Amino acid sequence: MQPENSQYAIETHNLSIFYGPFEAVKDVNLKIEKQKITAIIGPSGCGKSTLLRAFNRMNDFVPTSYVKGEIMLHGTNLYSKSIDPVEVRRRIGMVFQKPNPFPKSIYENIAWGARINGYKGNMDELVEQSLRGAALWDEVKDKLKQSAYALSGGQQQRLCIARAIAIQPEIILMDEPASALDPISTLRIEELMQELKKNYTIIIVTHNMQQAARVSDFTAMMMLYEETRSGTVIEYDKTEIIFTRPRDKRTEDYVTGRFG
Amino acid sequence: MTRFTYPEKNDLERFIQARYRKAWVWEIVFVCSLLIAIIALSALFLSVIDDAFGYVAYEYKKDPATISAKPLTELSKEELLTILQTNLSKGAYGKLDKEQPMTERSQADLLNLVVERILQVKTRETYTLYRSLFDKAGIESEVKEKFPEAQLEFRSWLSPSFLTTPQSSKAEFAGVRTAILGSLWIVSIAILLSLPVGVGAAVYLQEYANKTSFIARVIQTNINNLAGVPSIVYGMLGLAIFVRAFEPLTSGALFGITDANGRTVLSAGLTMGILVLPLMIINAQEAIKAVPDSIRQAAYGVGATRWQMVWHHVLPAALPGILTGSILAMSRAIGETAPLIIVGASTFITFDPNSPFTKFTALPIQIYQWTSRAQGEFHAIAAAGILVLAGMLLMLNATAIILRNRFQRRW
Repeated sequence: MQPENSQYAIETHNLSIFYGPFEAVKDVNLKIEKQKITAIIGPSGCGKSTLLRAFNRMNDFVPTSYVKGEIMLHGTNLYSKSIDPVEVRRRIGMVFQKPNPFPKSIYENIAWGARINGYKGNMDELVEQSLRGAALWDEVKDKLKQSAYALSGGQQQRLCIARAIAIQPEIILMDEPASALDPISTLRIEELMQELKKNYTIIIVTHNMQQAARVSDFTAMMMLYEETRSGTVIEYDKTEIIFTRPRDKRTEDYVTGRFG
Repeated sequence: MTRFTYPEKNDLERFIQARYRKAWVWEIVFVCSLLIAIIALSALFLSVIDDAFGYVAYEYKKDPATISAKPLTELSKEELLTILQTNLSKGAYGKLDKEQPMTERSQADLLNLVVERILQVKTRETYTLYRSLFDKAGIESEVKEKFPEAQLEFRSWLSPSFLTTPQSSKAEFAGVRTAILGSLWIVSIAILLSLPVGVGAAVYLQEYANKTSFIARVIQTNINNLAGVPSIVYGMLGLAIFVRAFEPLTSGALFGITDANGRTVLSAGLTMGILVLPLMIINAQEAIKAVPDSIRQAAYGVGATRWQMVWHHVLPAALPGILTGSILAMSRAIGETAPLIIVGASTFITFDPNSPFTKFTALPIQIYQWTSRAQGEFHAIAAAGILVLAGMLLMLNATAIILRNRFQRRW
């Protein structure tokens, strides 16, 4: 259906996400480009996080949640019966809004994910490489055995990023990764994302429009239907187009700050 | 916009003062409740202490002067041995020797034997601590009048030897050693049963089961109710199942032991295990619920299966809470009396329990048995036993608090 070497990392076809009878996200068709940063923006409650969590099947943990349509990764529908969600999450990693390192040492935070996915090589090397990739190595190289909770908020978030890249996913999902951090840490995370996109595809949800404009290559604008309260993607294009000459008036109103 | 009127200036000041006064009345009420609780507990505690220490008027059936010229405490081991050999019957001496060779016993031990078997102490009267401290003269004159032959001695019934001496039919020489060991055996077996089963059930109910399903809700309700069932019901359950139905197992017949019946330490331990099981499940569930969901999400995010997430993250994080709860469950198990009576605790055994298939007694049973005797000296040692039990419970709870504080810092 979709050739291995296409330029798209992941695609959605007519994707709708339901919580019980309520259609939270309706009819989304997106083609996410490889090794680029795609931002999903929109007002509160329009389904951005729900859409993001559908990519790595985290919505499965909500008992009444189900999906119509498809998400295609390497030509396979992630929601088909034969696909194991555990394998999906190995290929599509996630960084959460509030930093959530494990209550273990810094070393163990990274090593655990690698170990349960069958890594048998040199763990020290993997930990170091992951921490370097998250721009955290210099700050923690002398205290790898200390508790992860001793780190500051920005450092914890970078540790979570290191933990995600340690298992070498193809795609990294970020759900408002800097919203709980101070401006300096936010800036560092944004710089980090520019580095990361050389090796990984990044999809980021953010309610901070300036961040989306600074950081992303592509932007998807989501909006709620008034009557049904379902969210959908009303426009998806290169970031500079969305922010300078969007086609949809609602997009223009949102990015120029007339509402938000 | 309409302006609504509130009290201002002087009215305001009076109104605020009225609120403070009302609050102060409630404060007094709370302080009074606290005081009532403190007074009640202190009264209970002091009355127990009152009985456990005090003067004792006792007589020797046989005059010490008839068996030895010197005071007994100055006799050497060999002299004590000779006295014992000459004054005890051959059979009695032989029996003592079989329990523990006479030559190996300590001098204090031999002295005790002399006093217990040959002189035969008879307690005439025990006095409370309060009277002993404040009315010594009154006691002395009373003893001179009523028991001219008797000696007066200040005895603390709770003493190190009380803890290490086994049971005896004479109050002056009885100790709680057998009872303490019995209680410890029972609690160990109870924990061995209830901890794995309880934690396992809790893990399933919290992490795997569909909490909204009808069956899950029925099970949860039943567990919550079972925690409140009177303990005597568990005793009857233990009698029917462990003592009678499982007799080959609990009496040891399966393992080749033929001289016991189902009323063994094993039955009692299993019964207590079932008794604390609902508590353990509820407590473990609370500990697991307290683990933040963000940890679970993070584990799933790196591609973990549910089992890996539970075993490597949820359980280690919930462990301090589970530990604290299990220690509190142990405290409950140690104090229960009714189920043990039904399952068949013996009220008089003198040997230490050395296997799960022996007859047993427990500390609450011992106290209960002593309080139901008429003589004052039995009440005194019952009070001492209560203090021992209270001490054990205090130690357990202190351990729980220390463990909880130590582990809580990790977060």
